[in-house]
This record gives sequence, C-alpha cells and structure tokens, in this order.
Amino acid sequence: MFAIYCPYCEELREEEEFHAKGQAHIARPLDPESCSDKEWGEYLYFRDNPRGLHHELWVHGVGCRKFFNITRDTVSYEIKETYKIGAKPRFTATQDH
Amino acid sequence: MEKYSGFGLFKHALSYHENWQRVWRNPKPKKKYDVVIVGGGGHGLATAYYLAKVHNITNIAVVEKGYLGGGNTARNTTIVRSNYLWDESAFLYEHAMKLWEGLSQDLNYNVMFSQRGVLNLGHTLQDMRDIQRRVNANRLNGIDGEVLDTKQVSEIVPIMDCSANTRYPVLGASWQPRAGVARHDAVAWGYARAADQLGVDLIQQCEVIDILQEDGAAIGVDTKQHGIIKADRIGCVVAGNSSVLAKMAGFRLPLESHPLQALVSEPIKPILDTVVMSNHVHGYVSQSDKGDLVIGAGIDGYNGYGQRGSYTTVEHTIQAIMELFPIFSRVRMNRQWGGIVDTCPDACPIISATPVENLFFNCGWGTGGFKATPGSGHVFAATLAKGEANELAKPFSMFRFHDGTLIDEHGAAGVAH
Repeated sequence: MFAIYCPYCEELREEEEFHAKGQAHIARPLDPESCSDKEWGEYLYFRDNPRGLHHELWVHGVGCRKFFNITRDTVSYEIKETYKIGAKPRFTATQDH
Repeated sequence: MEKYSGFGLFKHALSYHENWQRVWRNPKPKKKYDVVIVGGGGHGLATAYYLAKVHNITNIAVVEKGYLGGGNTARNTTIVRSNYLWDESAFLYEHAMKLWEGLSQDLNYNVMFSQRGVLNLGHTLQDMRDIQRRVNANRLNGIDGEVLDTKQVSEIVPIMDCSANTRYPVLGASWQPRAGVARHDAVAWGYARAADQLGVDLIQQCEVIDILQEDGAAIGVDTKQHGIIKADRIGCVVAGNSSVLAKMAGFRLPLESHPLQALVSEPIKPILDTVVMSNHVHGYVSQSDKGDLVIGAGIDGYNGYGQRGSYTTVEHTIQAIMELFPIFSRVRMNRQWGGIVDTCPDACPIISATPVENLFFNCGWGTGGFKATPGSGHVFAATLAKGEANELAKPFSMFRFHDGTLIDEHGAAGVAH
C-alpha cells in the first residue's frame, strides 16, 4: 500500500484515494490537424514504460480531485517525489534499463 | 529421446523411478543460429517447437534469463477459452484452442488440458446484451457458445449464490463448453522437451543485455553470461519486459507493464468443476486437480516490474469471490503472487515486424496470454520462418497503432480487466 503525499492537499494519504493515469509530461501536439498518422499514433499510444524511475500522472480522485505528478521506481515501487502540474521533477530517469 | 507412455511408467516403477532420462539438454550456446528466440516461457518455447516441427528450422536457440517457464507461464490462472468478440482475435484464439485439443498427443506430454467449460457471468442488463452479442459473434465464427439464464447457471454451479439478494445478482452468463484449464508448467515443460528433441538449444540463465544491429538490421544479441550470440532473425517473446528489449533496439512499443496477481487456497475436496469468471465484480476462480481454489485478481493501475501486487487489488477480488461463493468464506488462502503483464491499449497482442529489420516481437498479450500459448507460438513461428506476418498474425501488427486499425477487445471479449 502506497502512502502518497498530495502536493495540493499537502497531506500524506492512502493509495486508495488516488488513481494512476500513466506516463506524465506527454505534450499534446500543437497542431493535431497537421500530424502524420505516425505522429498522432505515437502521441496516443506509444509509451516509455521504463524499468526504473518513471514520471507518472496521478489524480487524487476522492480527495481534492486534482491531477499531479509522481516520480516512482517501477521495480522497488519507491516514491521519490510528488510535484504539481507544471513543475519540473527533481529526480530524472537514468538511461539504465 | 524416450517416449512417454503408460507402459513406460510401469517399466520405470520396477526400478523405483530412478532411471528416467533428463527431459532436456543443457547446452552451451553456439556462436550463431538461424533464429534466436529471447524468452523461454510458454510462448517462446512453443515458437521454437513449431519453427522446428512445421518449418524445419532447427538451428534455433531459446535464451532465457531465469529458468524455463518461470515468468508469467508459472503465474497465470491456467484458463483457456476462445470466446472473443472480433473476427481477428476470435480466429487467433480459436486457432490456439484447436491446437490445445491435440496438444498432449502432439507433444507426447500430458498438459492436463481439461475442457470443463468457462462461464462469463453477467450482472447487469448491459452485461447480458454484450454477452448475447459476443455469443452470436462466436457462433458465426464457428466457436461454441451459449447464453444461459440465472437458473441454468445455478444448475452448472450449484454452490454459487444466484439469488436476487446479492449486491450484483447473477442475471446469466455466456458458456463455452470447450473452454477449460490446462496445467501451466506442463505446457512449458512439454514444449521445451519436444523442442529440445528436435535440436533446439534451450539456454537458461542467459540474460540479453543488448540487441546488436548493423545498417538498421538486427544481427544478434549480447548476453550477460555468454557474450554475443549472432542470429539471422530474432524473435522477442518476453511479456512484461518487452518495452525494455524494445528500448535496447531503439524504439518504443504501445505497452504498459502492470502487476497482475493471483492466489490459491489450501487444497480442499472437489467442489467446483468448471471455471467462473466475472468482469463486473472482477474475479475469477477454478479448482485445480490438486484441490486448491485458483483465484485471479485484476491488474494494479500503476506501471510496475516488481512481480508483486497491491493489497487493495487482492482485497477487492476476494470480496467479489466471497459475494459469489459465500461457501468459501472459511477457506484459507495459501499463496499469493504477482506477474508482470504487458498491456496493449486495445487489449489485443502484438505479433509483428518492428522498425528494425530481422527483429520481431510477440508481446502485448496483457492479462490473457496463457490461453493463446500454442496459437501464439504457431503463428509467430510462421512469421519468423517467412520474415513476414502469417495470415492470422497480420491484423496484430504494432503499426496498427499508427494507422488506427485497432481491434478493440476491451470489455468486448470477457477480458476481465
């Protein structure tokens, strides 16, 4: 069971209040109409899915209902940090597999 | 290689079963192979077997970082069925089902395939409409299936609470009589033994750390334990770790790896002679020949490679099983574990060429790969042998996520997650 610190509520809360929403920091193409099928498909479906540090989007579903980011190790499951939308992570993924 | 038979069993009993042959060799890898298959689980071993048997390509190595069948092959809930909604997946899983039906004879290895039927329960009117649509689609594709009402379900599983008093009453089910379960380990061992017999090198404890390329084409793999092994073609069948291997080769896949967990109870007397699955309340259960209840849970929502599941998910599943089977309330659970499944956005697998020439991936089976083991191996072997997708595998190209020809089995096919 994770104890997750919501950067908006500024409280440590139980995992069940939250929902994982996949990879963070995926920018929507500025001009979707001019995207090739490949670019649009990559944006919609293709993901990093790393073994190690991963930046993820989560939502505090039954709390403040705000979206925020988590940097988490996908092997040890250790949560390195949580940070607000728009902020930059302090921990970044290495090139290790 | 010694042929297994009833007579052989009797003969070996006379020498106290002390003289059985080793089931497969433990060879040192050669410098070069026609085909290297990365991943020695059920799908990888099946691929090697059909490459050797159907396509006469025997200069093959299967490299496995752990031991054979030690990943998801050892961790699934052993359910086999083929009642998928869309034509593409129905043909693929039914192809597997037909191979299952002759598999023990084909491999000369008892995979304990038991066609005890699978029930997919419906708890809402929408569930029942989906079930009717799916069963009709199945029958049009020549796959057996029936729509059952509450009374018929309770006749098949008398111990299930089919009353109207439950929170999610059972309104009916789809029923596939030819579906069932198989012994998961035996599937890996049977394929391994049969492949080894045809000359395939099974190399365990050999972890791939890089995929070597020359002019945009794969030429071999670098391994931690045995250095470079060259190959004309490489097939990756590594389930949860597919994205990791794709990264080595320099591209991404439309996959997310999630923990999926299961648990078994203490062995009890025979009480459940079929398989019960429910998407709506999210649990599935069968009873193994050993007597333990085999229960499957959902996936955790977050990405993970940790091969363990979260307590919230397993608690949720147990609640569902308890609601359906109040009689199990005092049964103690023996073991609980997790495997890493690579889920695709459309809940269908990827059997495909990749941006790297001579490199092929068979992945994305998500939560339901076991049932497809023979079919997956069969079509992937054909793909590797010819260098282009086999007819059944064609719709499952990874490039469907570029051109939009997804096969949306999410929620359609009794996929329980």
